[in-house]
Amino acid sequence: MSHSNTTRKSRGSFVVLVFLSALWLLPTVGLFITSLRSKGEAQTSGWWDVLLNPFSQNWDLSSYTTVLTENKLATSFISSLAVTVPATILPLLFAAYAAFGFTFLTFRGREFFFSVIIGLLVVPLQGALVPVLKMFISFTDKTSIEISGQYAAAWFVHSAFAMPLAIYILRNYMMTIPNTLIEAARMDGASNFTIFWRLVLPISVPALASFAIFQFLWVWNDYLIAFVFVGNERPVLTYTLLAMLGQYGEGWQAVAAGSFISLSVPLLVFFTLQRYFIRGLTAGAVK
Amino acid sequence: MKDLLTALQAVVAGIAITALIYWLLNLLIHRLPERIKKKVEPYVFIGPVLLLIGIFIVIPTIQSIRLSFMEEEIDGSTTRVGFQNFKDLFAEDYFPNMVVNNLMWIAIVPFMTVAIGLAIAQFANNVGSKSEKIFKSIFFMPMTISFVSAAVIWRYIYAYAPEGQDQVGLLNTLWMKLGGSPQAWFQIEAFRFNNLLLMVILIWLSAGYSMVLLSAAIKSVPEDTLEAGRVDGASTGQIFFKIVLPQIWPTVVAVFITVLIGAMKVFDIVLAMTGGNYNTTVLAQTFYLEYFIYGNTGKAMAAVVILIAAIVPVMFYQVRHYRKFEAAR
Repeated sequence: MSHSNTTRKSRGSFVVLVFLSALWLLPTVGLFITSLRSKGEAQTSGWWDVLLNPFSQNWDLSSYTTVLTENKLATSFISSLAVTVPATILPLLFAAYAAFGFTFLTFRGREFFFSVIIGLLVVPLQGALVPVLKMFISFTDKTSIEISGQYAAAWFVHSAFAMPLAIYILRNYMMTIPNTLIEAARMDGASNFTIFWRLVLPISVPALASFAIFQFLWVWNDYLIAFVFVGNERPVLTYTLLAMLGQYGEGWQAVAAGSFISLSVPLLVFFTLQRYFIRGLTAGAVK
Repeated sequence: MKDLLTALQAVVAGIAITALIYWLLNLLIHRLPERIKKKVEPYVFIGPVLLLIGIFIVIPTIQSIRLSFMEEEIDGSTTRVGFQNFKDLFAEDYFPNMVVNNLMWIAIVPFMTVAIGLAIAQFANNVGSKSEKIFKSIFFMPMTISFVSAAVIWRYIYAYAPEGQDQVGLLNTLWMKLGGSPQAWFQIEAFRFNNLLLMVILIWLSAGYSMVLLSAAIKSVPEDTLEAGRVDGASTGQIFFKIVLPQIWPTVVAVFITVLIGAMKVFDIVLAMTGGNYNTTVLAQTFYLEYFIYGNTGKAMAAVVILIAAIVPVMFYQVRHYRKFEAAR
């Protein structure tokens, strides 16, 4: 292929990509601009007016302060963090342990159990929700320990549903650790417990990071589990946002600001840890 | 703030407790004779996870299936009713529409997501690596957005106000520029147009995912196979369809299936956009509505069982595929 032909092809691709990416960005940009407008302006004209004459626009941050205080979005933000952080970190150790077992130990039923885990990757959450909820309620009846409505309920359910993907990603990664390394450690008399903590876990940090980012975004963005198990006592961001969506009275700019606050964390995670995120995605091309 | 502190305490306590459990179990099995120890030790590693999965996924799912054949009284007692819940669900006015909607979601969304992802990956492969990275970030960004936020974002596109009032929706403004009158887009049921509008959102969200995986696959296609095609005088299109596509086919299938499962389970988008009104309801939304809003456990469980049944073939495919992959490695 001649050189000019290559550049023409590259230029053509560039133009198409610019057009498509503008299309892809448009919705989010619109949301961002709307969130910075005053209520009056957001109700009467489209956000693209701002792009057409940017200097006549009164930029207004009041939507942000309003939703943070009046709609208790600040509280929801903290609830979201309180659900997400433990639900991200707690499953890691469990999954790493199991992945180690599946990768380096031989035992009866290994293939069977791992096949079950692969199968569970696609099982719908909805299938388990109601019985788990009933289980929590009857547990509370018997012990008078509250679970449902507490963050812990969401931590348990999120952790369990994280297991298949976490084990799958971690095992795929651990398979790349040379077996000779493990054998050498065994020769030196190290127990499996020691090999796990001293050798395999430190080597697996990149895979753990990939999964953690994944899980963080998944839990932060989840609505269903938060709705069912934490509910309206400690509403998370997705919950509050959906409630705001039902009340138009506050105006478009308020929902936009709220939405942008909830977006800010995933976007931050995405732009700072993009590489790990994509690696995790490529490693676990399922779910 | 107090909540955050509780969460942090839970993290620390949780990790400490799990580490302690594993440590104690390890201590215990080391007291066993060597022969038995070897047999028991693996279960120490995988046991806790099997327990977690059993309690929170496997057993509840089986219970859901059982509940779909039961009727629940207010006091919590249950009686067997055979297929009555399913019959009730099938008799609902929305049921035929729901089935068609679900079928449309799984027919359109995975195909479009893969096609768009492929196109973007192919175009991005032609531009310099620096611009490629920026473009990819842009397409990928929606992946990190929650369904609820995505719904908010797209509300601004589909917004409608009656004729004569100020329009703040992008689609209506464009439509009016073209000479149309403002449309309540979500209420257009002809050809299930409103369903298509909802599908656009899932495609917008997942195209980046498809693009990233397919791009990695395209890049791993050996250069000499492409060169051979060029030498034989194949056109760009022929090279793509005859040389590149067959080589990346396993990835295409993997992406297709992942998006397919997402489309089968779609729920939040419908809930946040239309609430299932105007004939846009889907299975997972029906479950939500019947259980949490109407309190019909039986019908809700019947909907869940249909969803599970629909996913089971994909599950078997997934396991078989993994076995084949494992045998090859």
